Amino acid sequence: MNIVNLSHYEQAIFVLSALVLYTSFSMLAQSRLFNLINVFAWQGTLLGMTAALVAFISNQPHLYISALLTLVLKAWLIPWMLRKQVMRLKLQREIETLATPTLTSLAGVGLVIFSYYIALPIKSLSNSITRNTISESLAIVLLAMLLIITRRQAVSQVVGFMAIENGLFFAALVSTYGMPMIVELGIAFDVLVAAVLFGVFFFEMRSSIDSLDVDQMNRLHEVDKR
Amino acid sequence: MELSLFANWFLAGLQTLLLITLAPLLLGWIRACKAMLHNHAPASLWQPYRDLRKFFRKEVVVADGASWLFRATPYIVLGTMILSAGVVPLVATDLPTAAIADVIVLTSFFALARFFSALAAMDTGTAFGGMGASREMMLSSLAEPAMLMAVFTLSMTASTTNLSSTIEYLLQHGLVLRPSFIFAALGLMMVAIAETGRIPIDNPSTHLELTMVHEAMILEYSGRHLGLIEWAHQIKLMVYGVLIANLFIPWGIATTLTPEALGIGVLAIIGKLMILGLVLAVYETTLAKLRLFRAPDYLSFAFLLSLLGMLSHVILEVG
Amino acid sequence: MSSYLLSIPVICALLSSVISLGAKQSARVARIGSFLLLGIGGMVAAYTGFYVLIEHQILTQDIMLGLPWMHWHLRLDMLSALFFIIIGVVSCAASLFGIGYTREFESTAYGFMPLGFFTGLFMAGMLGVLIADDALIFMISWEIMSLASYFLVTFQHTQAANRSAGFLYLLMAHLGGLAILLAFGILAGMGSGEFNFGFSFNEMRQHSNITPFWANLAVGLSLFGFGMKAGLVPAHAWLPEAHPVAPSHISALMSGVMLKVAIYGFMRVTFDLVSTLSLHWSWGVVLISIGGASALLGILYALMQNDLKRLLAYSSIENVGIIFISLGLCLLFHSQNSPALASLSMIAALYHILNHSIFKSLLFLSAGAVLHNTHERNLEQMGGLIRRVPYTAFFFLIGSLSIAALPPFNGFVSEWLTFQAALQTTGLQSGVLRTLIPFSAALLALTSALSATCFVKLYGTAFLGQPRSKHVKHAHEIDNGMRVAQGVLAFLCLLLGIFPTTVISILEVIPREFIGFELPNVSAEGWLWLTPISPGVASYSAPLVLLSIVTVWGLGYLLLHDPKKSRISPAWDCGFGGGTPRMQYTAAAFAMPIRRIFKPVWKVKEQIEEQKEITLHSKRIDYKLEISDRSWTTLYLPIAAVVNYCARTLGYIQTGNIRTYLSYSFFTLLFLLWLIT
Repeated sequence: MNIVNLSHYEQAIFVLSALVLYTSFSMLAQSRLFNLINVFAWQGTLLGMTAALVAFISNQPHLYISALLTLVLKAWLIPWMLRKQVMRLKLQREIETLATPTLTSLAGVGLVIFSYYIALPIKSLSNSITRNTISESLAIVLLAMLLIITRRQAVSQVVGFMAIENGLFFAALVSTYGMPMIVELGIAFDVLVAAVLFGVFFFEMRSSIDSLDVDQMNRLHEVDKR
Repeated sequence: MELSLFANWFLAGLQTLLLITLAPLLLGWIRACKAMLHNHAPASLWQPYRDLRKFFRKEVVVADGASWLFRATPYIVLGTMILSAGVVPLVATDLPTAAIADVIVLTSFFALARFFSALAAMDTGTAFGGMGASREMMLSSLAEPAMLMAVFTLSMTASTTNLSSTIEYLLQHGLVLRPSFIFAALGLMMVAIAETGRIPIDNPSTHLELTMVHEAMILEYSGRHLGLIEWAHQIKLMVYGVLIANLFIPWGIATTLTPEALGIGVLAIIGKLMILGLVLAVYETTLAKLRLFRAPDYLSFAFLLSLLGMLSHVILEVG
Repeated sequence: MSSYLLSIPVICALLSSVISLGAKQSARVARIGSFLLLGIGGMVAAYTGFYVLIEHQILTQDIMLGLPWMHWHLRLDMLSALFFIIIGVVSCAASLFGIGYTREFESTAYGFMPLGFFTGLFMAGMLGVLIADDALIFMISWEIMSLASYFLVTFQHTQAANRSAGFLYLLMAHLGGLAILLAFGILAGMGSGEFNFGFSFNEMRQHSNITPFWANLAVGLSLFGFGMKAGLVPAHAWLPEAHPVAPSHISALMSGVMLKVAIYGFMRVTFDLVSTLSLHWSWGVVLISIGGASALLGILYALMQNDLKRLLAYSSIENVGIIFISLGLCLLFHSQNSPALASLSMIAALYHILNHSIFKSLLFLSAGAVLHNTHERNLEQMGGLIRRVPYTAFFFLIGSLSIAALPPFNGFVSEWLTFQAALQTTGLQSGVLRTLIPFSAALLALTSALSATCFVKLYGTAFLGQPRSKHVKHAHEIDNGMRVAQGVLAFLCLLLGIFPTTVISILEVIPREFIGFELPNVSAEGWLWLTPISPGVASYSAPLVLLSIVTVWGLGYLLLHDPKKSRISPAWDCGFGGGTPRMQYTAAAFAMPIRRIFKPVWKVKEQIEEQKEITLHSKRIDYKLEISDRSWTTLYLPIAAVVNYCARTLGYIQTGNIRTYLSYSFFTLLFLLWLIT
């Protein structure tokens, strides 16, 4: 499937999906929490736009609802909540030191290639016009996991978790034009609840170990290191 | 046949001449835009020409320890830059000079000029020269792969590394929204900014700053030597501008050699370069210069962008 | 008559080593005579190589020596002919250089005799490897080459560093030799099914029924053996120890030619003896990764060296890496059924082999010239040599331009060809390969940019600026022979860079022999334009590039040059003035930004000791920087520890009691007898 043969709308989906992938990389490199949340919000926005465009091309009206839901929840509500929590935890000035940003991005590139390799057989099963982007959606999931692994801040890990969900949504969107409406609504609600719960959890964590650095939890290990 | 061949070479020469004579004007335009953005009254657009004339009139002062390399470098640098100016399609594609070198050779021309500038900087045996050379080589060794990666993305799409053929291929297919091109364009712009010594990597309007790169290298040059180097630098900026303008927005360039097409081509490239100059001025005004050791991050980001461009070409566009 | 051409160079080389045995009687005659013979041998070798390549005639010869059922088979085909030319040209230049260079050894305790003797043997060994057409001759020549070069490395044996470098070299050479022997064993034994060993290459080629497993194992072993000799990462650590300590014309031969002989061996096994199509496609990826790692790490390590010759040795690792990237591309394209690209990559590899042997020999010879009259290898003590030794400086500049892959010199052409091959991936089926190959091209770009940095550092600190020590300040120009040797090689660098179409039209027969395809369009637009794939895809015209630069230079000079308007005065230096040589940027300072960016690559020990007076001024600052190769601590030392441990454990059976030893033999005999029943 060559891009030259597609309509401009379809090409625009590819552009948007590439930008979504770019935001995933960008998240890996953000050392400030506010910037990280902003990029996450951008990812949500782009995702919503992609969903709307897919809805338009494939004549699937229910996707407009998912698009709207994504825009409201992931581009606005959840980032807003996270920002508020960061403010309340007084973390807005904190800079997370990224050990090897270049190496992490290169590892990310490796993940993209790997997911391309993995997604090849899946792609041949699908017949949607957006099937080229399936591997991107997998890559977004993997990159979000990489984000979680490389971060120490609990808040950034939560953002990573939310980004995984973005990837899954994206995968469903491009491979089968979205999940059944009821499932999507359920997941969206779950994510919202999770965001709230994480907020509570942050404060608990803060009050018990006095930090949001998850490495501090190393002290909780069972075996005595002596 | 013989006549048309001759005419083609003549036109190619003319195009090169146009590029190298317009180069100072582009710099003047960028400076004027910046001045206006800073709320200054801009200097005349012709100021870079006046500067060059002044340099060519003045006496040359050569450092006493300098060897022949120091004196030869300005000519070599200008020579390679004029050569790269000849290779880049400015107004028309399919001119014979475009076949002398493809885009990989073009980057090596820049590398050749840089190699000699760095050597000349070390030739005088001053601390500043060595410092400038070291920094310039460090930056360029990171910028070069990023640039090639960006260019590879384009040449994989058009399956040619020849600039003229690439542009013709793109014109043939009309407007195609390629994600890879967005990334490649951004990557190439970042590289161009780093390579031409602009903010945020280097500051073209200051001397005597501990962070200087390019200016430190040419510190010992004066008179006509300085004039040649400055001119070469302006040509380099122009070549990068034309490269970005014509590769990513190829419309307007003449594919046939009729007078009308050429006229449109000239107008189109002037318009595109004016817009690019404005963008550069805005970009430079809004950013602060990076610390030298943040520059690798900037360049590796450019590399990442180009790499993403290549990946999205392979994954999304070919499938 | 022509088949005798094969053995004449070998005989010349052997004679030259015999002549130098007479150095005790007349050192001068022995020196000149042996180098003369070496040079003649080189010329004959180069002529023979050209003859074979241009006339497309494979030379063979059977010599009635050796075992009764197995004569010595000699054969010079297209591939070995190219390497014959390389050896010929480089050894001519090295002998011309050596006559003047080794004069000073006559009066030292080392004497000329061992140097001349082993140089001849070394040459004979290398030539023997190339003309060998059976595994026996190949291995014998290979071992002669290794052993002779060991003695050359340890020539200045009074220094402990040289001895340990030599020992390491010997060890690695033998480990590699063992792997190669096993590879030949597999090819000879496994191909024919039953135990019917066919040691001649001809028989190996005809073993069509060798299973893919054994074929792949043989290639793996030969990659290990030849790769070790060629200095591939991670087994490279011996190379920068051994190459620099030999006398410079020998370093030129080792880096310029011996590494290529190792690559020749690998190519012979992979492309000729094993049928390439039975190889797994992933060998291409393996070669590209190993080559890429060698190229990048080689140049990064080279950047950190302050010893002129060590730096050059590390840069050889880089170039071997580049060659292996091209070879990997060739295997990959061949396995993916695109013969055009496979032959393009092979030509790129061969071209780079040719180029590297020319410019690396040039650089080593020039380094030798610097060493000869300053006795200094440390860059931090040099400076300003361009005014003391203008010719050497000029030739070194050309070598640096070539190795930094800058147009219009030769290094650029071969890298450009590699880029062209790496960019034509649209025809490949596998998408993963389509992404990996351009990535390797980006790696190549990084490498070549870093090598430009590296040689700016080298040239800038050694030849430019002001002299940093007394003996460098009083350096003087060298004798004519040494100058001519460098000049010839420098001229070849330019020539190979400017006429790539001619060179490729000669080289083309080699991929035709092994891949069965030659490039149809290389000179589709005439000799002026190099168009490796087709004129629409990419073109490069080196003559016009040179012409344009020279024209602009000439025009600019004519129009602008005005001696009245120029004045010489002390350097301005931003108004600070009063600069001393110590205030110049040093080699370590030049490479510091790179060191900081690629920090994890090296093992760096940096110490700053500052003595302060009572006031806040520093009285004295000591700066110590130690950069070591990570492969020592991560690969060599652990292996050495394991070997030591095993040796100690096995040492228990060594009691010293003779009756115990006899009982060992007795029980072994019993065991074996039981085994065969």
